[in-house]
Amino acid sequence: MANTTVSHRVILHFPSRVVNQPVISNFIKNYDLSFNIMKASIIPDQEGYVMLELSGDQDKYNAGISYLHDAGVRIEPFSQNVQRSDERCVQCGACVGFCPTEAFHLDGVARAVVFNNNLCVACGLCLTACPARAMQLRF
Amino acid sequence: MPKTIAEINERIKRGQAVVATADEIIDLAREKGIARTAAEVDVVTTGTFGPMCSSGAYINTGHSQSRIKMGGGQAFLNDVPAYTGFAAVDLFIGANALPDADPRNRVHPGEFNYGGGHVIEELVAGKDVRLVAHAYGTDCYPRRELDTLVSINDLNEAVLFNIRNAYQNYNVAVNASSKTIYTYMGILKPNLGNATYCSAGQLSPLLNDPFYNTVGIGTRIFLGGGTGYVTWQGTQFNPDVPRTANGVPRRGAGTIAVIGDLKQMSSRYLRGISMLGYGVTMAVGIGLPIPILSEEILAYTLVTDADILAPVVDYAGAYPNRSSEVLAEVSYAELKSGQIKVRGATIPAASLSSYQRAVEIAQTLKKWIERSEFFLTERVAPLPGVESGMSLKPLTERR
Repeated sequence: MANTTVSHRVILHFPSRVVNQPVISNFIKNYDLSFNIMKASIIPDQEGYVMLELSGDQDKYNAGISYLHDAGVRIEPFSQNVQRSDERCVQCGACVGFCPTEAFHLDGVARAVVFNNNLCVACGLCLTACPARAMQLRF
Repeated sequence: MPKTIAEINERIKRGQAVVATADEIIDLAREKGIARTAAEVDVVTTGTFGPMCSSGAYINTGHSQSRIKMGGGQAFLNDVPAYTGFAAVDLFIGANALPDADPRNRVHPGEFNYGGGHVIEELVAGKDVRLVAHAYGTDCYPRRELDTLVSINDLNEAVLFNIRNAYQNYNVAVNASSKTIYTYMGILKPNLGNATYCSAGQLSPLLNDPFYNTVGIGTRIFLGGGTGYVTWQGTQFNPDVPRTANGVPRRGAGTIAVIGDLKQMSSRYLRGISMLGYGVTMAVGIGLPIPILSEEILAYTLVTDADILAPVVDYAGAYPNRSSEVLAEVSYAELKSGQIKVRGATIPAASLSSYQRAVEIAQTLKKWIERSEFFLTERVAPLPGVESGMSLKPLTERR
């Protein structure tokens, strides 16, 4: 049976009681997933988070996520963290040239600004670059 | 052919007026030819929606019991200072005004999350706004302090009065320095890392009437979701700029001053805007109807993005130093493709004005005219033309 490879961008939230445990170390050793950390904040005895892109075999990914879950880590997909208020957005396009991962583009015909949150790495640059302040970061 | 505005209004009244947006008219004329299109079409509608800094509103709050004379004192709307140099309860709030407590650029780049433009947006949306005033007290206006909520419905008058809007063409901003800069044209990355522009191009009001043949004082327009009027040429009005063979200005040129009842406008088309490291302003929606009185007037409305050239200006050097240096000229067709070429480099280009909402405004104005809800006005006086000799003066400092 051919293995399916998956790649997901997730945010791992570590409650303060988990921060002091070697969760990441176990995760790396036991599940053979490659990952790319984009942003992290882990301080002893405080709540912490790691934003990363995980890729590898589907079964191992599922097992790894399940391990993290059992260890008390809350897992969230990236794309839910940066949101656009469609009411605030005026469809100007100031974000289009600015987003480092090209998560925004202008639709060719209607020239509407499209936000593809699958490409978003939650860097937060658009939050203050957006003149209408339509972008919100939520954790 | 030729038609008069009275004849067009008669057709609007009967529900028979033929209206096209400045986008639609291009294909229509290509298909039917200029003579037939000019005979058939009565009005071309334009639209623009972008940050327009010289915007503001005056309000009359009504008199408190006992009376207060805010004139000569201080007044704040949601902590944003309003101008009090008028009579007792007349205030003017400018789009760029900032709360005294805003840190501005003390930590650069400042965020400028709230200011006069946002106050106007909230008033238009019908929200309560806190009015605080300090006065010196007189025998006839004894009150010295005021702190109350007001909404637009409480006010006697709430009038949008913008002294410079709808710039006819505008700079394309880039940054030739080695550091990121924060400007009214947005964030500009170093070494020509990106470009920003701010015009609706072929849909923009004054680019469709480049010599001000129809627009003038008294022209009724779409303003902020309601109706308004052109009151005067806008400040910095400058018809004396280089133009292309078909008359289109290649630099910022004409502008209009506009007025309208804020009470019938909508926060969809009046929006507080924050420019990182620069300040606050307000995005304003304007739609100008152009009566097709002759083939010549129609021909000007056929301008396309490819015909309109804008100057690329370095906002790290030439602009702050008031140098007239232009790095290149690019067309709106290139700008809207998302990339421009400047000195051999390909630069991503982004817009600060919303084309999508400009289209929406031109379409809305078209619908109003087709439904006999909006009639054209005869202008009372024209705007100064190229022949006026009017030009833009710099400030020469002297002692």
